Amino acid sequence: MLGLFLRRVLVSIPLLGVVSFLVFSLIVLVPGDAAVALAGPDPDPAQIAAVRERLGLNDPYLVQYWNWLSGVLQGDLGDSLFTSQTVWSSISARLPATLSLAGLALLLAIVLGITVGSVAGLRPGTWIDRVATVTASVGVAVPYFWVGMILVLFLAIDNTLLPAVGYIPLTSDPVSWLQHLIIPATALALAPAAVIARQTRASVATVMSEDYVRTAKAKGLSPVRVVGKHALKNAALPVVTVFGIEANRLIGGTVVIEQLFALPGIGQLAYQAVFARDFPVVQGVVLVSAVMVLMINILVDVSYGYFNPRIRQS
Amino acid sequence: MTARTLGSPGLRRFVRRFRGNRLSVVALVVLSVLVLSSALAPWLAPYAPEAIDVRNRLAGPSVDHWMGTDSLGRDTLSRLLFAGRVSLFAALTAVSIAAVLGVPLGLIAGYFGGAVDWALGRAADVLMTFPAIILAIAIIAATGPGLTNAMIALGIVYAPRLFRVVRSATLAVRAETYIEASVSIGTPSYDVILRRVLPNILSPLLVQISLMLAAALLAEAALSLLGLGVVPPTASWGNMLGRGFEDIRSTPALVWWPGLSIALATLSFNLIGDGLRDAMGREIRKGS
Repeated sequence: MLGLFLRRVLVSIPLLGVVSFLVFSLIVLVPGDAAVALAGPDPDPAQIAAVRERLGLNDPYLVQYWNWLSGVLQGDLGDSLFTSQTVWSSISARLPATLSLAGLALLLAIVLGITVGSVAGLRPGTWIDRVATVTASVGVAVPYFWVGMILVLFLAIDNTLLPAVGYIPLTSDPVSWLQHLIIPATALALAPAAVIARQTRASVATVMSEDYVRTAKAKGLSPVRVVGKHALKNAALPVVTVFGIEANRLIGGTVVIEQLFALPGIGQLAYQAVFARDFPVVQGVVLVSAVMVLMINILVDVSYGYFNPRIRQS
Repeated sequence: MTARTLGSPGLRRFVRRFRGNRLSVVALVVLSVLVLSSALAPWLAPYAPEAIDVRNRLAGPSVDHWMGTDSLGRDTLSRLLFAGRVSLFAALTAVSIAAVLGVPLGLIAGYFGGAVDWALGRAADVLMTFPAIILAIAIIAATGPGLTNAMIALGIVYAPRLFRVVRSATLAVRAETYIEASVSIGTPSYDVILRRVLPNILSPLLVQISLMLAAALLAEAALSLLGLGVVPPTASWGNMLGRGFEDIRSTPALVWWPGLSIALATLSFNLIGDGLRDAMGREIRKGS
């Protein structure tokens, strides 16, 4: 397992190199002279020169990239163009909110998706299965940000069960933290939960008709053990694959949800940076989110090894 | 399009199977209604979408305004119809850009294999490492907000996804005997790709395009909601939702209608995609 993990990390390093080059190169897309565009409205030549100097635009391109990258490798993502903070301190101050939101949403998606999917997959063709399947189809299609708004309408406005917006850090009040996050996390979790439920249903239904499950049942194992030990573990591979894809989408979704619910996460930081045209901050957020996606993919690949011993050896 | 106008028996069977899927047919009808009502917005809408009626702000449904009005007194129904044009067209543009980039490259990678395939595959890997919305936002950060930039950004983000589907379908078709036969009688590669491979990967491609239209519609709505896509006063379902959320306490209808429109459209695209996939022959399903 550790070997598989280390191998995957090693393979990701060149990928991360290219990713970082792309993130850095985003500045090429700025039309015209980047320094002029980023210096704010009506800049005077001194301001432009200052921005140019700060971004290192006077150096050859590859030198610029190298300077930036060697900073990044030492944890220095550069300085914000407009606030006095470094990019990394802005991001790290906002990571807890984003990780809380994404973590809670992923947890909800897994628990909901696997529960609904197993229940449906164990009884294919019944009304429970049909209700679950239709709900999943709708769940995949319904816009998550709209679901969030409707939940606010029902749970925070029509009934004041939960707060509509805002964020309380976990460390200062765990109950309040959960209360503030439950609506946004549910909204974000709905689509991945639906996809995971679909996949779980299909795998469980297939696995349950396999010979080894019949054998397990014939041995007189309790239904819970048959499902838990034999069916779910073997049904897990496709579910894990879907989980990887959905985690990627979910991290993207945090940007919208953080903005709607006034959660001080890195998505909100990116949003503000786009309007301020604070390019180093945008680059930092994009890089950090790509690293998050890569880490999730590594975990997904390593868990393949756990669920399927054959992969461990290859 | 009737079965008779289509040439091959395979396609005819495809249409017949699709027709047998009730849910997908309903979705096709719903989508047609949405597309038609949006296309005919200038003739159907009772008001101009930007017409302001200051005395009727945040009004509920009435004979004059069937769906009520927004915070500036603009007619919600009219804006919804015009917004449909913008949103559906935006999704179509983004997916077209993705297709123009992803389909030819996928054909080339799948058909020729080798170093080209390897290089293109790694490039796709890299682009897929970024969460779609975040990459789109980063591109918009550089190029500035606006519908065109948002659509180009989404097109670039979706291109690798389409590339992968086309590549793997091409790989499957490439192994067929009729391709080998074509190649062996000296048909030039571009001819084999365009006349033999492309027609045979159309079904998985259509399925993917249908699902991608749903995703693009959602993404465009999300970007416009944030103010990064369609810029006011032009209405899109996404920016109507964003504006409406500010008035959700007094006029929840402003959130209900655009949200329902987006949900209906994406659900339709998804169900049509599912129907297309189920209507495909087993031999093609394996390929995707």
